[in-house]
Amino acid sequence: MAKLSIQDLKKIKENAAKGISLRQEQGRIKVTVHMGTCGIAAGAREVMSTLVEEIAQADRQDIQVVASSCMGMCSSEPNVTVQVEAEEPIIYQKMTANKMRQVFKRHILLGEVQTDFALAKM
Amino acid sequence: MNKIRTELLLCGGTGCHSTGSIKVRDALKNELDKQGLGKEIKIVETGCNGFCAVGPVMLVQPEGIFYQKLAEKDVPELVEEHFLKGRPVKRLFYKESASKEMIPQMHDIPFFAHQELRTMRNKGIIDPEVIDDYIARDGYFGAAKALTEMTPQQIIEEMKISGLRGRGGAGFPTGMKWDFASKSPGNVKYVLCNADEGDPGAFMDRSILEADPHAVLEGMIIAAKAINATKGYIYARTEYPLAIKRLEIAIAQAKEYGFLGDDILGTGFSFDIEIYQGAGAFVCGEETALMRSIEGKRGMPRPRPPFPAHKGLWEKPTILNNVETLANVAQIILKGGKWYSSIGTETSKGTKVFAISGDVNNIGLVEVPMGTPLRTLIYDVGGGIPDKKKFKAVQLGGPSGGCIPEYLLDTLVDYEEIAKVGAIMGSGGVIVMDESTCMVDMARFFMDFIQDESCGKCTPCREGTKRLLELLEKICDGRGELEDIDILEELSVTIKEASLCGLGQTAPNPVLSTLRYFKDEYYAHIIDKKCPAKRCVALLKFEVDPDKCKKCGLCFKACPTEAIVWKKKEVAYINKEKCVECLTCFSKCKFDAIN
Ligand SMILES: Cc1cc2nc3c(=O)[nH]c(=O)nc-3n(C[C@H](O)[C@H](O)[C@H](O)COP(=O)(O)O)c2cc1C
Ligand code: SF4
Ligand code: SF4
Ligand code: SF4
Ligand code: FES
Ligand code: FES
Repeated sequence: MAKLSIQDLKKIKENAAKGISLRQEQGRIKVTVHMGTCGIAAGAREVMSTLVEEIAQADRQDIQVVASSCMGMCSSEPNVTVQVEAEEPIIYQKMTANKMRQVFKRHILLGEVQTDFALAKM
Repeated sequence: MNKIRTELLLCGGTGCHSTGSIKVRDALKNELDKQGLGKEIKIVETGCNGFCAVGPVMLVQPEGIFYQKLAEKDVPELVEEHFLKGRPVKRLFYKESASKEMIPQMHDIPFFAHQELRTMRNKGIIDPEVIDDYIARDGYFGAAKALTEMTPQQIIEEMKISGLRGRGGAGFPTGMKWDFASKSPGNVKYVLCNADEGDPGAFMDRSILEADPHAVLEGMIIAAKAINATKGYIYARTEYPLAIKRLEIAIAQAKEYGFLGDDILGTGFSFDIEIYQGAGAFVCGEETALMRSIEGKRGMPRPRPPFPAHKGLWEKPTILNNVETLANVAQIILKGGKWYSSIGTETSKGTKVFAISGDVNNIGLVEVPMGTPLRTLIYDVGGGIPDKKKFKAVQLGGPSGGCIPEYLLDTLVDYEEIAKVGAIMGSGGVIVMDESTCMVDMARFFMDFIQDESCGKCTPCREGTKRLLELLEKICDGRGELEDIDILEELSVTIKEASLCGLGQTAPNPVLSTLRYFKDEYYAHIIDKKCPAKRCVALLKFEVDPDKCKKCGLCFKACPTEAIVWKKKEVAYINKEKCVECLTCFSKCKFDAIN
């Protein structure tokens, strides 16, 4: 490989920093996918994969994804909680891959709460 | 595109390897794939996390959940429950030894909470075999700055401002050492890294090399620029195969990126590093002996002056620095000497890595600011003494160190303060001892080590340490006489004064410091023919005191040779024919009933 210059070093750092971003600071936005048994049965895995893909596509390092256990509301599964720093968490219900995409683009990226899918504010 | 949502930072240090982290890793990989999580969740094998005693350990990020004592059989449950369903597995959390409280998050565990990570800032975060991980954490930016923006003198000034002192034991100011070598005439100079780590029980250098090898290389590159050296050697002991392997990988990667070799970063500066494997003799850690050893000769110290800064390896100007010292250099250059000296005490700046071991709940590697009281180190970070036993002493500085009694526990971690109470900072070994330690026996143990390791070149060290050992053995055997104490003291002073190298000069420290604080134990052995801690076999009767015996049977259950006769509600009795004097019953009896 050719000799590095300081410019190259900076570029490597920028890229590499993305790769280890999860290991250091906590994200500014936290998205929790509730993955109880019934949540998974209702399609939470697909919702989770969609979310992860959207984040990767948007190339955002400040969004933290957490799987958590069920919330005790089987009838509304899959549930997803979106918490933007310092704002009230919003719980979305009966999520699908498509709804997840919409919540990601509108709420997470643009800050518009998608009240149609929202179950409650926590 | 990064589609990872969770990273599993699994410890891959020597300690965790030996407790099974490789098996856990393979099982995790399998199980994650099986559950279809392989693409969302990534396993990162890190270097030592520091908490080896509860290994294999793993940190789940970004949640910050810390798992301990993982085993292959835990993996299916862990993956299904935590990573699939989001229910962290409580039984694998850290349990506080005193309160039995379970603590899920790493930063809430007292062992980690009191630490300030500078030298070990990358431990447990980066994969030591991936250079980009290191670069992501500002790696090689210190070297880039030193090479492109700074003159050698500016680098040395920054090091002086930082106040960094050598972490290999003596605490010599690093900037000053570099200054001497930089001013020495000559166009061939060397930078050496001391990774011999001969102190028994010490493993901080090994951990740093395993967890963050590039930090040491980067420190050496900066040192080379400061003194205008062209070649460096890392003197590592063969017993450190994982550290050596990771260093080799790191050197190869640094060469590939052009941080080592000719014309580094296009600056015209050239520097290369080679690993030299030493056979692991304690004296080879001494600087002049180490240089002899690299030259291929027998590792024996020589008188100084001439100092290595003028005539070192192959008679050329040379600097030798410890692993931990070098691991601090890049950050000092990048963030400035003032940043480094902003914590610490008047004479001791920055942080220090300690290896805490012995009779303490949290055994492991910790980094705390200079100026931390020993009490905080032992009770808050170390979690105190197990089994409700009483603290007796803490031995600091390894075989050439000294011990500090309870009433001096508020002594601060600082080169001068520790020296004042008769110990040394040394390389950072901290051995905690509870009431069941016999201080005469402890001095004997260290003298045995030292006596074996003396290179034999000078008589006071070679013969003197042997005599010290004989005297200590005599006292432990119950044959001690009062005048032996005077002889121990006189001999110690002579050895200190008349020895050529640091080994002999510090060899009597364990004797002197136990005489200073625990002379009554020497008297008890000599006059009363008793070992108060009940460790010295020759002074024990191996009899049960019927008045003290509570008939609990613990000794009976523990005895490996069935030498103890005991029935429910009856006083125990020791059959001396069968007893092998292993002392197990002494440590098991909670009522101090065995004499
Ligand atoms: C007997 C003896 C053994 C030593 N062993 C080591 C060692 O294992 N590692 C180490 O870094 N320094 C050791 N030293 C100290 C070195 O001689 C030297 O002072 C040190 O490596 C310099 O680096 P520093 O200024 O960064 O501390 C030892 C000294 C003596 C006298
Ligand atoms: S003091 Fe001991 S170890 Fe050092 S040179 Fe003399 S005999 Fe060798
Ligand atoms: S010293 Fe060991 S062998 Fe002897 S009685 Fe006690 S436990 Fe048994
Ligand atoms: S452990 Fe101590 S108290 Fe218990 S039976 Fe043995 S000697 Fe007696
Ligand atoms: S299992 Fe998820 S609400 Fe019941
Ligand atoms: S080797 Fe794993 S914590 Fe030290």
